[in-house]
Amino acid sequence: MALTANDDVSKGLRPGPNKNELSITANVTRKENAIMIEIRIHGRGGQGNVRAAELLAIAAFKDGKFAQAFPAFGAERMGAPVQAFVRIDDKKIRLREQIGKPDYLIIQDEMLMETVPVLDGLKSDGAILVNSNRTPEELRLNTKARVDTIPATEIAMEIIGRPIPNAIMIGAFCAISGLVSLEAAQAAIMEIFPGRIGENNVAALERANEIIQKRKNHVETD
Amino acid sequence: MLKQIEGSQAVADAVALCRPHVISAYPITPQTHIVEDLASIVAEGKLDTEFVNVESEFAAASLVLGASAAGARTYTATTSQGLLLMTEVLYCIAGMRLPIVLTCANRAISAPLSIWNDHQDSMSIRDSGWIQIHAEDNQEAADLHFQAYKIAEKTFLPVMVCMDGFILTHAFEPVDIPDQDKVDAFLPPFRPRHTVDPMYPRGLGLFADPRFYMETRYIVHRAMEKSEATIKEVSEEFNKAFGRQSGGLIKPYKLDKADLVIVAMGSVVGTIKDTIDRLEEKGKHVGLLQVCSFRPFPRKLVYQMLKDKTNIVVLEKAISLGRGGILGSDVRWSFPRTEQIDRKISNFIAGLGGRDIRMDDIEAMVERVEKEHVEFDFLGLNRDLILERDL
Repeated sequence: MALTANDDVSKGLRPGPNKNELSITANVTRKENAIMIEIRIHGRGGQGNVRAAELLAIAAFKDGKFAQAFPAFGAERMGAPVQAFVRIDDKKIRLREQIGKPDYLIIQDEMLMETVPVLDGLKSDGAILVNSNRTPEELRLNTKARVDTIPATEIAMEIIGRPIPNAIMIGAFCAISGLVSLEAAQAAIMEIFPGRIGENNVAALERANEIIQKRKNHVETD
Repeated sequence: MLKQIEGSQAVADAVALCRPHVISAYPITPQTHIVEDLASIVAEGKLDTEFVNVESEFAAASLVLGASAAGARTYTATTSQGLLLMTEVLYCIAGMRLPIVLTCANRAISAPLSIWNDHQDSMSIRDSGWIQIHAEDNQEAADLHFQAYKIAEKTFLPVMVCMDGFILTHAFEPVDIPDQDKVDAFLPPFRPRHTVDPMYPRGLGLFADPRFYMETRYIVHRAMEKSEATIKEVSEEFNKAFGRQSGGLIKPYKLDKADLVIVAMGSVVGTIKDTIDRLEEKGKHVGLLQVCSFRPFPRKLVYQMLKDKTNIVVLEKAISLGRGGILGSDVRWSFPRTEQIDRKISNFIAGLGGRDIRMDDIEAMVERVEKEHVEFDFLGLNRDLILERDL
């Protein structure tokens, strides 16, 4: 399909409200006035939240986009609730405010949802990715946004041997949103973690991608 | 090469390209990744420099003072309490006319303890004789270091590159790190005016009785004023050599059509520009005057840019307790007292201790100054937290 200047291409990058609208649009060239995409990551100190934001930004950069990643540090300690932010756009990003109305939420610890108002400000056409063994229905989130889950900590223990879910969450996020290519995410991980650690994280990322792809095929054949 | 890197890394890379002979750093809190990244660069053998871990910021400043006096190109970085601990030495450096470059990752000051961003640290030594230039984003933060060495070594004044702590230092964004040849062509080797040398003993910054001291202050003051021309010139040279706008004294944004102008400095100007564009879509014209060089303060240029504007609002991240806005005062002072024009200059303090400054806050500020002149107020203050008995 040829895109014209009037097409709101950014909508193609936004998650649809239901699971049947999973469209991968990573290769679509975005137009000048496309809307900036904002991602907020919630997790606990030690889960690699800030690193996840940085990796997404590096990956988006490798895809030829402009990206900005920054943390909202609190008292920096293991286990404390942490937020990190990512912006992705086709033009230079100047905005510095924290992300209050995200398009996407990545929640690395589902227990946070009981104590931190993680859903605050999420756009109604937004999407949530939760690290959980439960299904989206079982989570019973009070939101109209699309919800996906992946057992990231479990996969991390299996492949990486440590409960650091960020690579799996990035893999699942790439597959669900199509905002960042899987290849770029892999390259970003290898750039920051050359060697074995990187390779393990890339394997974890690929596993997450497979799980989501399988689920999508499942939805399509339903 | 364009890279997606952390602000601190960008500055470390830029500083390394300037080939400093001596770097000193107090390596623990409050420090940034800048010196950590520089330590890695040195450890990997990519930069031939004397990297000295010292026992305090007082020592970090003293060490670069000594090294600079001996003719070395020097660098150190600090923030917040670290800068305060350096204060005594920073005044000495300026008085001795040593062209040292320091990065201040701007952060709040205790008590209460805050690790977050505002401009109170560098403001506390604004009268010390250091040139202070503020970066808007990480590209400019990196670029200002190439310019800082050139400015410092032309004027024999120390230069502090101010960049917002966390907001810039910890943000990953695309930054073009130039090639070494290009930096070498822009920044010639340092030629000291005087050096201390045990073979030919001489003193530096020693003693001035009442017959001499005042003249030393006059000289530094005049040199600071004159450095305005150098800052402008070096920025223009940089723009020509590297093909992008960085540094300089001030930067206007959509000033022409606007009657209402916001004056600000540091990373918040990015958020302000986005707000201005959003307001423009609604048919409202607001302009921005970004102050890049806070010291020397480009008074005449500020006046020239603002003299026809009737509604000016200064937004700043620091406060002179018991007096009010600092940048606000400087902007007001830029206008001749005798000038007969119905002009309002409002002043807001915002973002202290890392309080988020959102587009909505800026828009609310604009709406308020459209209705009334606000001589002084805080933006985004939560009055529920304030007890009457504490006031």
